[in-house]
Amino acid sequence: MSPLHGVAPLSLPASLAVALTLGVAFGVFLEQAGLGSARKLAGQFYLRDLTVFKVMFSAIITALLGLFWLSRIGVVDLDAVFVPPTFVLPQLVGGAVFGVGMVLAGLCPGTSCVAASSGKSDGVAVVAGMALGIVVFNEAFPYLEDFYRSTEMGSVTLPQILGIEYGRVVAAVVAAGLLGFAAAEWLEGRQSR
Amino acid sequence: MIGERGTARAYMDPYLAGVGIGVVLLLAFILVGRGIGASGAFSAWVASGMAAVAPAHVAGNVAYAAYAPDGPRSLLSDWLVWELFGVVLGGLASACLSGRFRRETEHGPGITSRSRLVVGLAGGLVMGVGAKLARGCTSGQALSGGAMLAVGSWIFIVAAFAAAYLVAPALRRLWT
Repeated sequence: MSPLHGVAPLSLPASLAVALTLGVAFGVFLEQAGLGSARKLAGQFYLRDLTVFKVMFSAIITALLGLFWLSRIGVVDLDAVFVPPTFVLPQLVGGAVFGVGMVLAGLCPGTSCVAASSGKSDGVAVVAGMALGIVVFNEAFPYLEDFYRSTEMGSVTLPQILGIEYGRVVAAVVAAGLLGFAAAEWLEGRQSR
Repeated sequence: MIGERGTARAYMDPYLAGVGIGVVLLLAFILVGRGIGASGAFSAWVASGMAAVAPAHVAGNVAYAAYAPDGPRSLLSDWLVWELFGVVLGGLASACLSGRFRRETEHGPGITSRSRLVVGLAGGLVMGVGAKLARGCTSGQALSGGAMLAVGSWIFIVAAFAAAYLVAPALRRLWT
């Protein structure tokens, strides 16, 4: 079933056409926000330019609220939407390694593609590095496999492990985001003065 | 660089761009039951490339084989590969239309273009390893899993940004 109640899943060609279309829109918004520029993106880590935070959290909040209300009015079946499975330690360590790479690269995997396609040779270098990193990981996989599969919790969500109602967690994330936006504006304003 | 040529348009309001990406994400959830991603497409490309040069090697390694069940042809039926191809096209079109397409190497004032390329390559490599270990990157974990309130995705978000802020002062020379 598709997540839309009573609607059949898309055929493979239709689903790939959706992939291409949504990808184009994603690329356009990333580039328009200025996230194809490593110097702008790196400003996030020195609290000079908080565009990364603002874009990321307004995207998360928009999708979060959309999903919440569409499921609440019975249009969308949340059980039919993929929830990435949780592996506590690999995601903690992988996240930290990723964070270090992000400061070195000044870009993330998605934005490196936008940087590369908007003419930046440093974007191309990051794209090539990503591919190389995946080769390194895959070659080392026999040694990493036990750790990679450790501390598995399945497709759990914050409302489930916290035992707090879905709507309340949504409200908390939205509130935290709004506070974060206010803090981001204050930080940027303080520097321009 | 913006403003130097006079033709480059100002960037979009970050909140507006974020809402746009949120709508894209929401449409992906609703239409195909999954979020958007980036590193997964890299994995598919790498596995297909490796399958083309060393098929026996790929067959003997689960990490590659998971992404290349039928060799290079599987690329054409991979959702993320089409999506990331779209990102490349969208970035190109958007940069051209806004007068921002420009061949250059962006780097901080304290380093050369050459060191920027070397450090960028290294940074990509480190990110690649991290994204594989975490089963996703800022798109698949932070945005998509974050909006689904997946526990591991929020662990990823906190770990990635905590580590980034921890090492940023030591790497200040790269960017300021």
